Amino acid sequence: MYRYDTIDKEFLEDRANQFRGEVVRRLAGDITEDQFKPTRLMNGLYLQLHAYMLRVAVPYGSLNPAQVRAFAHIARTWDKGYGHFTTRQNIQFNWIRLGDAPDILDHLASVDLHAIQTSGNCIRNVTSDPYAGATAQEIDDPRVWSEVLRQWSTLHPEFSYLPRKFKIAVTAAETDRTAARAHDIGLKVLRNADGALGFEVMVGGGQGRTPYLAPTIKPFLPASRLISYLEAILRVYNRHGRRDNIYKARIKILVASLGPEEFARQVEEEWDKIGEGRDWPDTELARIRGSFVRTPFETLAPRSDIFDAEQAADRSFARFVRNNVKAHKQPGYAIVEISLKAPGATPGDASADQMDAVADLAERYGLNDIRVTHEQNLVLPHVKLDDVPAVHRALQAVGLATSNISLISDIIACPGLDYCALANARAIPIAQAIQQQFADPDRAEDIGELKIKISGCINACGHHHVGHIGVLGVDKKGEEFYQLSLGGSGAEDASLAAILGPALPADKVAGAVDKLVETYLAIRQGEERFLDTFRRAGMAPFKEAVYADAH
Amino acid sequence: MPTLIRLDDGRFSAAEDIFTDVADEDEIPAGPVILSLARFQAEGDALVTSNRPVGVRIQTDEAVEDLAYDLPRLALVAVVFPKFRDGRTFTTATLLRERFGFAGEVRAVGDVLLQQAMFMVRTGFDSFVPADGATPEQWARAAGLFRHVYQRAADHRPPAFEERG
Repeated sequence: MYRYDTIDKEFLEDRANQFRGEVVRRLAGDITEDQFKPTRLMNGLYLQLHAYMLRVAVPYGSLNPAQVRAFAHIARTWDKGYGHFTTRQNIQFNWIRLGDAPDILDHLASVDLHAIQTSGNCIRNVTSDPYAGATAQEIDDPRVWSEVLRQWSTLHPEFSYLPRKFKIAVTAAETDRTAARAHDIGLKVLRNADGALGFEVMVGGGQGRTPYLAPTIKPFLPASRLISYLEAILRVYNRHGRRDNIYKARIKILVASLGPEEFARQVEEEWDKIGEGRDWPDTELARIRGSFVRTPFETLAPRSDIFDAEQAADRSFARFVRNNVKAHKQPGYAIVEISLKAPGATPGDASADQMDAVADLAERYGLNDIRVTHEQNLVLPHVKLDDVPAVHRALQAVGLATSNISLISDIIACPGLDYCALANARAIPIAQAIQQQFADPDRAEDIGELKIKISGCINACGHHHVGHIGVLGVDKKGEEFYQLSLGGSGAEDASLAAILGPALPADKVAGAVDKLVETYLAIRQGEERFLDTFRRAGMAPFKEAVYADAH
Repeated sequence: MPTLIRLDDGRFSAAEDIFTDVADEDEIPAGPVILSLARFQAEGDALVTSNRPVGVRIQTDEAVEDLAYDLPRLALVAVVFPKFRDGRTFTTATLLRERFGFAGEVRAVGDVLLQQAMFMVRTGFDSFVPADGATPEQWARAAGLFRHVYQRAADHRPPAFEERG
């Protein structure tokens, strides 16, 4: 991963000191809560239903063991013993005391972490492919470009008070594990016909109450011009994005109202005026690339007898391999996904002991590398095939060996009404009920890839618009109801889900999902996933199955 | 009387405000004045040719480009923060300094808060009328809190990539 130099470290120290000063002023009563709020939010500290919540940035979802141990330490010392990994590859601590926050930020800074721009109307934590540096699919390492953007966006003087929050994702692979088109800006690394490195630039995606998939406004942006082009986009948005209505303030509304062509034209015009003066020198881009520690792969045989023998001997290991182990670019290595979606668990939660165990495994077997996925799981991106059985056993010992990546129980859910002040309905118990409904692992594998995403309100933090099955919590006269939608995808085949029908009470949701699944199993053709079947057969058979009783 | 803080050659100090901020419905008094953009466009020509310092107040929904040809004749541009959250002010200041090379005073007026001091200084503001009663000392500390910056901006501080080079 990227090695912080003295400058990066001093920056985080200064930031932690700044925050400590403001908290002291607040606790002493020198400033009011209203005056403190902007500082608090700029440091990721939200006031939730029951306590303060601290959101810590995990730049592009990449962590080392010391950092994961720091999370475990924070969970144990200042929280209730667990943390919650989010859809922006960040981690949240839900039970923080304001007076402890400065010590927590100091502790984070000691391992090169922070909570900068995890809230507020600024450029948020840049997300990227959790398989970066491990997948054979990628054209270039997207972490390099994510790190460039991390530095560029950190306390950006012109773009820290935008009309609304701003999210950027960087992917470099055919398979999109970042939901790039659901972002304010999605960047896809590619090479043009001459072999030059650049980006496809997608702008104006987003979820919330008006979901849009980002259109491509520039098919090929030369890599060396990245900063000036992004400044042009941000400047057009900063000047012309709506500020009169919080629900119409995201860039997606500006892009949709101007039309992508007109928006692109305005960006080009601004970009021409900016010129190359704002671009970063190639030497700095090269320095950042060089500051990523080279992964010390060994030269190994592409097959492993230990790995093969364990699969034959242990059915649970074979299932783990089928679902959680992915192909690596380096012969003899594998990508191992760690599901945070055990039956009955809160999606994305990990205990302090589990985090310590993952840190140990990364150190012992995983070349000191850990990733967070936007689907709220963890990844050990570089494990020798020989070591996968040992990793599996160690994960079993701490309850992290659930073999369900991309299956029906690998659910994204927002914190919902259990924690969040904005929510209309709970999301976590719905996820747990669906997990129970599909607890039989053979059946789950037979169903195959099926992405369920649950949001507790229209703000769509649970990404329900891009779920193969989306679930949205709504309030009906004080009761929690859930609206189902079908056919969304946040991947390279991005699409927005369509509403199935009238909302259902909480106790009917898991049963309705079961009917949807039975319908799919009855009509699927060949290797079709649920999503493929839905796209072919349309809404009618699914609607009929769920609402038949109502006729 | 609110404090006016001036940034001059890297130093922040309290300064006397020689300008009269003139509302659109008021008579234009003698001496240095600050007018709205509309008033300046209607009546400013006579004032600047009479050789007295003239400033223009620009709102966040007004385009700084409309002032481009007049900038060499202006002593000051007052950028109005209607609410501290309205970050168009930072683009306005950036364009004044970097695109139009404006060398006069760029003043932050309106909902001007200490916690944005660094961003204001970085985007080229060099005078401030704090709404929160902040002192020049506090302003200097807030603006200089970070030993390093990551971006090129109107303040010409060397960004991290130049420090490293």
